[in-house]
Amino acid sequence: MSLEAARCEDGHLHMPEHPVCPECGGAVVDTVDLSDRTGTVVTWTTSTATPPGVRQPNHLAIVAFEVDGEPVRTLGQLTTGAVEIGSEVKPVYVEELRDPEAGIRHPDSQTWDGYRFEPVD
Amino acid sequence: MDRVAIIGASMTQFGHRDAWIRELLADAGAAALEDAGIDGGGVDHLYVSNMASGEFEGQTGVMNALAHDLGALGAYTQRVDQTSASGGAGLYAAWQSIASGASDLTLLVGGEKMTHEPTAVATDVIASLTHPEEYKHGVTLPSFAGLTARLYLEQYDAPRESLADIAVKNHRNGVDNPHAQFRKAVSRETVLESPIVADPLRLYDFCPITDGSAALVLTTESRAREMDVDYVTIAGIGGATDTHVVHERTDPTTMRGVAESSAEAYEMADVEPSDIDLAELHDMFTILEVLQLEDLGFYEEGTGWRAAVDGDTHRDGTLPVNTSGGLKSKGHPLGASGIAQVYELYVQLLGRAGDRQVDADRGLACNVGGFGNCVTTTILEVSG
Repeated sequence: MSLEAARCEDGHLHMPEHPVCPECGGAVVDTVDLSDRTGTVVTWTTSTATPPGVRQPNHLAIVAFEVDGEPVRTLGQLTTGAVEIGSEVKPVYVEELRDPEAGIRHPDSQTWDGYRFEPVD
Repeated sequence: MDRVAIIGASMTQFGHRDAWIRELLADAGAAALEDAGIDGGGVDHLYVSNMASGEFEGQTGVMNALAHDLGALGAYTQRVDQTSASGGAGLYAAWQSIASGASDLTLLVGGEKMTHEPTAVATDVIASLTHPEEYKHGVTLPSFAGLTARLYLEQYDAPRESLADIAVKNHRNGVDNPHAQFRKAVSRETVLESPIVADPLRLYDFCPITDGSAALVLTTESRAREMDVDYVTIAGIGGATDTHVVHERTDPTTMRGVAESSAEAYEMADVEPSDIDLAELHDMFTILEVLQLEDLGFYEEGTGWRAAVDGDTHRDGTLPVNTSGGLKSKGHPLGASGIAQVYELYVQLLGRAGDRQVDADRGLACNVGGFGNCVTTTILEVSG
């Protein structure tokens, strides 16, 4: 499993992948794996009113990465609520981020594994 | 060009209702037609704003059901879904139908029935608008508000209390709105001591889950004059879309859809933000009122939090915002909200707002879907 950002022909990164680059409309030509890199917390929250099948409380963050000077952001669960804006975090693989059977979305319509973010000491 | 006029409007009681979606829509539709002095047979186009009647109660085909219930058979009907902005999107469709000449008389009805589901389930129905890569992490719309509020407060060194003051203001306004879900004033302390929902935001920073409906009747301004009825005109309207995936925005504290839709509306109306007398903003979360005040051009970036603190946006301020009580206290039946915003402007501009009446000739409504994903901005005027 990798944490993939899509790279377009002009070198812009985005994630999740779209059919064309949201910044320039260019074709996607490559992907970059971020799972071994560290990112920075742009902002975070602890959600206490969570939908069916989601852990409670649910710590969430927007995390920024930089690959060769090119920025890209993603959103993911945090392993802890003990973070701050600017904290350095690393991805940790989780097989099931929420119970696929409990929510309104059809279980087969998407994947349910992915990465949480853990503070780097 | 002949402007589009609104010649009738209604909203039903917002809150916990026993009625299901068909009855909610029919009640609002019949009341707006009565306000305009029209019967169902006079309707050329019928639009229904609704996000999720299928998901909430298993009833689809609501536009056809409503046409039958109102005696509007033969009319062209369409359901409009733009999530929380379905009301504004319905108004855009209704405006187009008259402006293009395709319809001589259009009825727009919005509604949602939500409170029969537990909060967690209703939250999940709404969260289903997110991208799969967001949804799998258990993201909710309130959690986007928490993420954005934390960033905004830190980025602009704004006090947490400034968001509480928006809830206090809108609850105070709701006391004088007989249709509001909550008609109870709250203190800053009550807001700041309420349970955390999405840190740093608390229960009173969020709108409730609501049943309700609202409706408008539209025709051309020249026909409104011939009919000799009271009316307001749509001076400007614009719609715009931002990213589906919220974290892909360069600055999450800027609502591009608000900026772009309002730029279109201002241009069409040939007015500036300073020409607006009152506004109904989409305060699904307190932080959203701040961001809209900035992206609609009323305040510089990073200063919108001062508005409620200084009193500018209070009912007796320079720009009254959410005299209806806003989504915060009036309630937020998804498909009805954008139409109920325009209902408030209609009664204010025609001098029918009772205890909450302000002096205004031109009002703006901003209806937001998702977390700013889809936005409609409308400017209404009353002629002398």
